[in-house]
Amino acid sequence: MAVDTPIPKTANAAGATARPTPRKSVRPSSVILKLVMAVSGALLVLFLFAHAAGNLKIFVGETDFDHYAEWLRELGTPLLPHGWFLWIQRIGLLAGIGLHIWAATVLTIRAKKARPVKYAHRPKIQGSYAARTMRWGGVIIVLFVIYHILDLTTGTFNPAGGDSDPSARVVAGFAPERWYVTLFYTLAVVSVGFHLRHGIWSAFRTLGQQTTKGERRAQAVALVLSVVLVAMYLSVPFAVLTGLVG
Amino acid sequence: MDIKVRVWRQSGPTAGGKMVTYDVKGISPDASFLEMIDVLNETLILNGDDPIAFDHDCREGICGACSMVINGVAHGPEKATTTCQLHMRKFKDGDVIDVEPWRAAAFPVIKDLVVDRSAFDKIIQAGGYITAPTGTAPDAHATPVPKKDADAAFEAATCIGCGACVAACPNGSSMLFTAAKIAHLGLMPQGQPERDSRVIDMLQAQDDAGFGGCTNAGECTTVCPKGIPLSLIGRLNSDYRKAISKR
Amino acid sequence: MVANEFWAEGEPVVDKAAPDGPVETRWERRKFSAKLVNPANRRKLTVIVVGTGLAGGSAAATLAEAGYKVKSYCYQDSPRRAHSIAAQGGINAAKNYRNDGDSVYRLFYDTVKGGDFRARESNVYRLAQVSVNIIDQCVAQGVPFAREYGGLLDNRSFGGTQVSRTFYARGQTGQQLLLGAYQAMERQIGLGNIEMNARHEMLELIIVDGKARGIVVRDMVTGEITTEFADAVVLASGGYGNVFFLSTNAKGCNVTASWRAHRKGALFANPCYTQIHPTCIPESGSHQSKLTLMSESLRNDGRVWVPKRAEDCQKPAGEIAEEDRDYYLERIYPSFGNLVPRDIASRAAKNVCDEGRGVGPGGLGVYLDFADAIKRLGRKAVEAKYGNLFEMYERITGEDPYETPMRIYPAVHYTMGGLWVDYDLQSTIPGLFVVGEANFSDHGANRLGASALMQGLADGYFVLPNTISNYLAAGPFPAVSETDAPVVEARKEVEDRIARFLSIDGDRTVDSFHRELGQIMWEYCGMERTEEGLTKAVGLIRALKEEFWTRVKVPGKGEELNQNLEKAGRVADFLELGELMCIDALHRRESCGGHFRAESQTSDGEALRHDDEFSYAAAWEYFGADGKPTLHKEDLNFEYVHPSTRSYK
Repeated sequence: MAVDTPIPKTANAAGATARPTPRKSVRPSSVILKLVMAVSGALLVLFLFAHAAGNLKIFVGETDFDHYAEWLRELGTPLLPHGWFLWIQRIGLLAGIGLHIWAATVLTIRAKKARPVKYAHRPKIQGSYAARTMRWGGVIIVLFVIYHILDLTTGTFNPAGGDSDPSARVVAGFAPERWYVTLFYTLAVVSVGFHLRHGIWSAFRTLGQQTTKGERRAQAVALVLSVVLVAMYLSVPFAVLTGLVG
Repeated sequence: MDIKVRVWRQSGPTAGGKMVTYDVKGISPDASFLEMIDVLNETLILNGDDPIAFDHDCREGICGACSMVINGVAHGPEKATTTCQLHMRKFKDGDVIDVEPWRAAAFPVIKDLVVDRSAFDKIIQAGGYITAPTGTAPDAHATPVPKKDADAAFEAATCIGCGACVAACPNGSSMLFTAAKIAHLGLMPQGQPERDSRVIDMLQAQDDAGFGGCTNAGECTTVCPKGIPLSLIGRLNSDYRKAISKR
Repeated sequence: MVANEFWAEGEPVVDKAAPDGPVETRWERRKFSAKLVNPANRRKLTVIVVGTGLAGGSAAATLAEAGYKVKSYCYQDSPRRAHSIAAQGGINAAKNYRNDGDSVYRLFYDTVKGGDFRARESNVYRLAQVSVNIIDQCVAQGVPFAREYGGLLDNRSFGGTQVSRTFYARGQTGQQLLLGAYQAMERQIGLGNIEMNARHEMLELIIVDGKARGIVVRDMVTGEITTEFADAVVLASGGYGNVFFLSTNAKGCNVTASWRAHRKGALFANPCYTQIHPTCIPESGSHQSKLTLMSESLRNDGRVWVPKRAEDCQKPAGEIAEEDRDYYLERIYPSFGNLVPRDIASRAAKNVCDEGRGVGPGGLGVYLDFADAIKRLGRKAVEAKYGNLFEMYERITGEDPYETPMRIYPAVHYTMGGLWVDYDLQSTIPGLFVVGEANFSDHGANRLGASALMQGLADGYFVLPNTISNYLAAGPFPAVSETDAPVVEARKEVEDRIARFLSIDGDRTVDSFHRELGQIMWEYCGMERTEEGLTKAVGLIRALKEEFWTRVKVPGKGEELNQNLEKAGRVADFLELGELMCIDALHRRESCGGHFRAESQTSDGEALRHDDEFSYAAAWEYFGADGKPTLHKEDLNFEYVHPSTRSYK
């Protein structure tokens, strides 16, 4: 304490105008991580809508639905060989998911480190339910997506098997006797809804939304998009369950 | 009123701590929360016990020293109120009240309820100022400032640096504190020349100090005794994005 | 009454730094005659600054910007929490932006007159001159002052002046100005030009070869005692209102830094001048730990009253009929009414309470009633004007001031006295400078509203940095070492004192002594003082001091965060200061500003000054804990503003 600190180089009359040189860091800043989450999240939301729109084709007719599935593979031909577009899209999606999860993980680790000792009396609920369940919600969604691919893309878990028509897989997957699958699917889709409700609003904030009017809009957009998306996704299994499709 | 308080007791920075229960009898509903602790401490001293250490100074809600998490809420149950301005009439006879220090790696506990908040000073050092050495100023009326901007800057500048935002944030983030200063200075014309470097440097300092990142959870603003709005974080994000795009 | 059993009288004290000649050019001439330090040499000079409020913060930042090495100390956990932060009203400056006839000369005139002709003209004139630079400086730092729609700065009038010269930032001007100084300071800390030591308390001054060369500090976290050296020491440690225990000061505000310097030879001037603010929230019970100020602006629309009959005091206000109410300020001072100056409003409140007509717990309160204002302006308008104050009142008292009248009572707010300094702000110890509320220089016997912030920043930004160079030009002074006899001795004094506090192990807490001292001071050295009361108070304080040193119980150890040990040291010093305040009040057999002697009043109960006898600043020399303090008079000459009597009838 009593030791005199060395005289810094800037300590002269020009000290008045100097500026401390900030330490450069190799770690991405917390706002960069948030930007990564916002942008990757936005890509994923776009995909979810495209995917949902495709799903709804099942209401037009099973043949249409299967044609749509085939069309996805033909997209980009003849510029791209058959099926390539889908793979490009899948790689893009994987990158988006990867970045999203990476940023979320880094932020979560930092958050854990930032509060090493927990409160004895757990804080009461202050913010929204959606905001507090982002991380667990995210984990549930990842698990679901894995199952979902094994069920309806590869057909591994599907009673109709991977070689059947896409529409057959959908109908078999959500068959009434497999009510637990539908339940799991519903829960997962609802968690996606919650995730998006906070996520979309949060992305606006991260991208710089800061006005009262913008706040109202962001809230509304997040709510509407989440509800619409949930409705779009749930309509298919419930249609199968009730025999509307199948 | 007769109440029980369960208080975090920790004898020093490296010691372990635990919640200890004390009876407080006959406290006036007109006493402030800190006065209730004062009364308890007087008894503890005379009984030969160690009184509870806690930070406090102005006791009128402006210095930002007091810092208690009461029943899990930073500064307690009353909105837009610091611990020193919280009164016992907000509690009921027979209540059991939990009192804990701010919990954050960047705010290590020194003793009992006292924490070290020097990390906030470090964030300010990194850029939370306008470079205007004494004697260099032009006439105060040389640059008019639209009233709207001046008022908004003032609102942001009312932050008292208490750290409740960090204590409440599930990520232990000081984003609201940093954002308030960025907004205050960024809204004034005098703050423009350093606007870009300020946001980058202050954010760097915040990350370096061990605060978590913001996830827009919004807990900070609900406990903020000065009601600093979450929208200022949007402003910081926007300033930051623009600043890094210029680098 | 001359020197007697309570005090001795010594040689007059003279301000040798004060320039003469026309008052308008004195500061210019002093700045020119002061020796300068070459920029390259400044880095070799170290200055210690104790306290980080408006004066200390601005001084530390400015000295560091100039290139000096600065070491700064504060007892708070951050320099941003110094009690300047709590100042509400505003800051005066002679900008004349309103074109309403304001000028440097008028601010000077108002301040000398407001100080009841007990301040130095030279200092006050300089204060008025630099006031304009302060506003420029603060705006450049980004202080968000209130503005008008055109984008220019707004002003309001304050404290009975006839011009609008007060700059403000809502009700938080002190906060905003302090954050400006704090940020400038943090910038210098970041640059390495200031070594900041928060949670460090100065416990002794180190004097080597007759010069202030350092301080002994205690690290309040570890309890470690260290000695810190410099070429000059600046005290910016604030006022001593907490001698009253209950005041509007922060709990930690204390006189220790000043008192330690006083014990080492610095004269302490006008300790009895205390400002008592009329509109504070009254005590609610024995748990009370501090008092909260409500802005004086409330008196613009609120009407002050008490019941006419003492037996009505227990009734709810609403049940007291209009004709049974005594609007005593309007009755006694028909022309100023509820807007009489602070000291008059405070004393009138005390008088009606002494008559047994006070309201609320203990009968220590008067009503401040907005019923008429609400009727006249509508609730909305009252809400717009005073909404936040009403909210604050309700939060603290649990009563709704829109429904029942507020209760208010005076409380100690500011201390005009402090360490004696010359025009250069140097104390009687060479190399020890004192700035802000800690010195005595600019307010005389009474401070005007919105002048405390002005003085703190004037001293720190503009005065001290220009005058300290005259002293530092002779430096760097020979290095001081830990083993030098005065250093060893100062350190030992501190260590012994701490050991003594911890060893008494009595049966009374520090706070109980502080509270009792406060009651004595408030009763006998508060709003109204008498020879009999003050004599009694000196006896009571001496007895209390003795009891303190035998019965106090300080728990814990020295080598840890020990808030009771901190308090014990402060209360021990307050006990000595309290005695000196009473002696000062006893010796000044006149009423002036914040000092009202019952024996010296006009036939209608107004303060009566005795310029023939008391036109001087009383600078006291310490003469040991049990010896008599020695009075050194500094004569005050009024060449420009001639003493007159204040009248508000």
